[in-house]
Amino acid sequence: MELANIENLLEKYFEATTTVQEEQELQAYFSQNNVAPHLQEYQPMFQHFANLKSEQFTRNVPLKPRKNYLKWISVAAVFLLTTGLFFNEWKKQREAEQAFEDFKMTMSLVSESFNTGASHINHLAQFEETTNKIFITENN
Amino acid sequence: MKQADFLNMILPFKDKLYRLAKRLLVSSEEAEDATQEVLLKLWSKKSKISAYNNVEAFAMTMTKNYCLDKLKSKQASNLKLVHSNYKDENTSLQKEVELKDSVSFVHEIMEQLPEQQKIIIQLRDVEQYDFEEIAKVVNMNPTAIRVALSRARKYIRQELIKTHNYGVS
Repeated sequence: MELANIENLLEKYFEATTTVQEEQELQAYFSQNNVAPHLQEYQPMFQHFANLKSEQFTRNVPLKPRKNYLKWISVAAVFLLTTGLFFNEWKKQREAEQAFEDFKMTMSLVSESFNTGASHINHLAQFEETTNKIFITENN
Repeated sequence: MKQADFLNMILPFKDKLYRLAKRLLVSSEEAEDATQEVLLKLWSKKSKISAYNNVEAFAMTMTKNYCLDKLKSKQASNLKLVHSNYKDENTSLQKEVELKDSVSFVHEIMEQLPEQQKIIIQLRDVEQYDFEEIAKVVNMNPTAIRVALSRARKYIRQELIKTHNYGVS
């Protein structure tokens, strides 16, 4: 590679108008040992870029298929919570109904005995009738 | 997509992701963490991967954004990243030492560049992307990239010449 060409490319390089290919030519020129003395000050720059390119990512990435446990756990939790609440509510309702039935039965029992009691009291009306008869006859 | 397919797909560019991350985050451990994070994110999105027409550019953009976020949170928490390369300088050849020194000096100069220029220099001069590919990653138009690239290269040259002439002029 002739020197004039390299100088020309360098100039273009600093204006950033070189193509990738031309930059590769420059890179190749500066990576060899035979660099013209007045261009040697640019050598570290290109050498550094070449060094940087040799760095590699060595770590192994743990690519476990990340299962979304959390999602399913939350779904299950919500399900349990709602069924629990629903069941609780239903149980309460059942208890209330049961209590109401019991109360109804007791009340009907009470009213039944009350009725039988009341029917016995009916005899008392006889006294009134007879006393009335007596008083009415006296008055007449 | 099977795990093997995925590994084959990321194989050509996973080093590039790592290098970009390292350029921005400096420390190689953090760069590895960042790369792993990006790859895992990519893996978790594997069902949608066929919809992206350029997975490499997409992954590069992800890495860039991830690293910039990292840097931002680091600045916010006022933690400074100190990274020093200690080297033994036993090399007998004076010339070699000099060259090595100036190579690591280029590294220091590159670290002074603003993030945007760092990314562009990395993509262009190290990974040899063309301007359209860079445009996809940094979301800038090619002319602006050209200007930034030229500025970054000239800055490196200027600083290099400055040290080269140190003590001479």
